[in-house]
Amino acid sequence: MHEFALAQAVVAEVEKIVEKGYRVEKLRIYLGELQSVDREVFEQYVSMMLREVQENVDVEYVDEEAEFSCRVCGYKWSLSELELDEDEREAIHFLPEAVYSYVKCPRCSSRDYAIERGRGVRISIEYSE
Amino acid sequence: MSRHYTVLDPRLEGAKKMLSSVSRIIAVMSSKGGVGKTLFSAVFASIASRKGFRVGLLDLDITNPGLHVVLGIDPLSIQPGEEKGITPVSISRLEFMSTVFYTRDNPSPMRGTSVDNAIREVLAATRWSRLDILVVDTAPGLSDVAISTLEYFPGVEVVVVATPSRLSINSIEKLLKLLSEMKYKKYLVENMSSGNLLVDLARKYHTVYLGSIDYYREVEEYIGDIEKLVSSRFGRSVEEIANKIL
Ligand SMILES: Nc1ncnc2c1ncn2[C@@H]1O[C@H](COP(=O)(O)OP(=O)(O)O)[C@@H](O)[C@H]1O
Ligand SMILES: [Mg+2]
Ligand SMILES: [Zn+2]
Repeated sequence: MHEFALAQAVVAEVEKIVEKGYRVEKLRIYLGELQSVDREVFEQYVSMMLREVQENVDVEYVDEEAEFSCRVCGYKWSLSELELDEDEREAIHFLPEAVYSYVKCPRCSSRDYAIERGRGVRISIEYSE
Repeated sequence: MSRHYTVLDPRLEGAKKMLSSVSRIIAVMSSKGGVGKTLFSAVFASIASRKGFRVGLLDLDITNPGLHVVLGIDPLSIQPGEEKGITPVSISRLEFMSTVFYTRDNPSPMRGTSVDNAIREVLAATRWSRLDILVVDTAPGLSDVAISTLEYFPGVEVVVVATPSRLSINSIEKLLKLLSEMKYKKYLVENMSSGNLLVDLARKYHTVYLGSIDYYREVEEYIGDIEKLVSSRFGRSVEEIANKIL
């Protein structure tokens, strides 16, 4: 699964902090709607790999809705406004930027828009000495 | 007890993990487009694999990928696999990865930050086998993305491909200067040239001059057939160059 790679990346960041002698108190993982990772699979990988790094990390998952904004006409839209087929969704799952190959601004048809939120996986970490 | 808080892009550590199975990374760069980077990358990688090295080939020219064309791959009929990440496509003794498998050869217009995002994603997700060499084809130019991408590759060596036109020389010089400032190990390949016109320029920037490749008209006809390219006059010139750094 590709989710393995994403989980591995997250845990590698935690590991880096633990290796410096800190204790990770809280790991917040933001899951962007655009990438639509398989949450159940992803969570399993994260908790499996995290155990090897440090016991009892408080992990919180936060879903982030995707939002786009057009640089030409200023229109803002969400994923639900788009009609994507199965193949396109899968391509975007692997590479969120593939969205630029399939989606134009619903109002002015420009391809010059920003993914403002909800792209992929981001994290924040709280740790102590 | 002091508390710290940090927001991170996990893909940078992810990329390091994934690239830890690669011994040597060679990025092919140029200050201008159309100088033969993509052709050189594909043929160089194929020659290295024929010499018995385990070789990966990665297309990071995100908005204008071309390696699949040189290799003769239809991105609609073949897809990377999934095994603890994305596994590259195996083709003529190479492991090959490109974003073209996801854009499906549609235009992929992106600004610099999106290109950088796409590069980070590919590096964090692609699981290479144990490789002796990963050859990375890049987008031309002197943009921030072009240069900063190199930081994602531990110990990267850079092969600069250049043509000796007077208009190019000025921009090659800027690229070599930037690379020198970053202390990268670098080589220069002169392409589509009938002489060794860039030797002094290479020396000035402590760059190893690897040789010159002539313009061969038959190359055009062989695009898409990597076997033919490897055994062509172009391929033999690349082999001489490859022998110097493999
Ligand atoms: N030595 C050469 N002889 C003949 N044609 C060449 C040679 N090197 C490159 N080309 C041709 O030049 C064009 C540009 O090459 P390409 O590899 O796409 O450049 P880049 O990746 O630097 O933009 C292609 O059509 C390629 O076949
Ligand atoms: Mg190219
Ligand atoms: Zn618009």
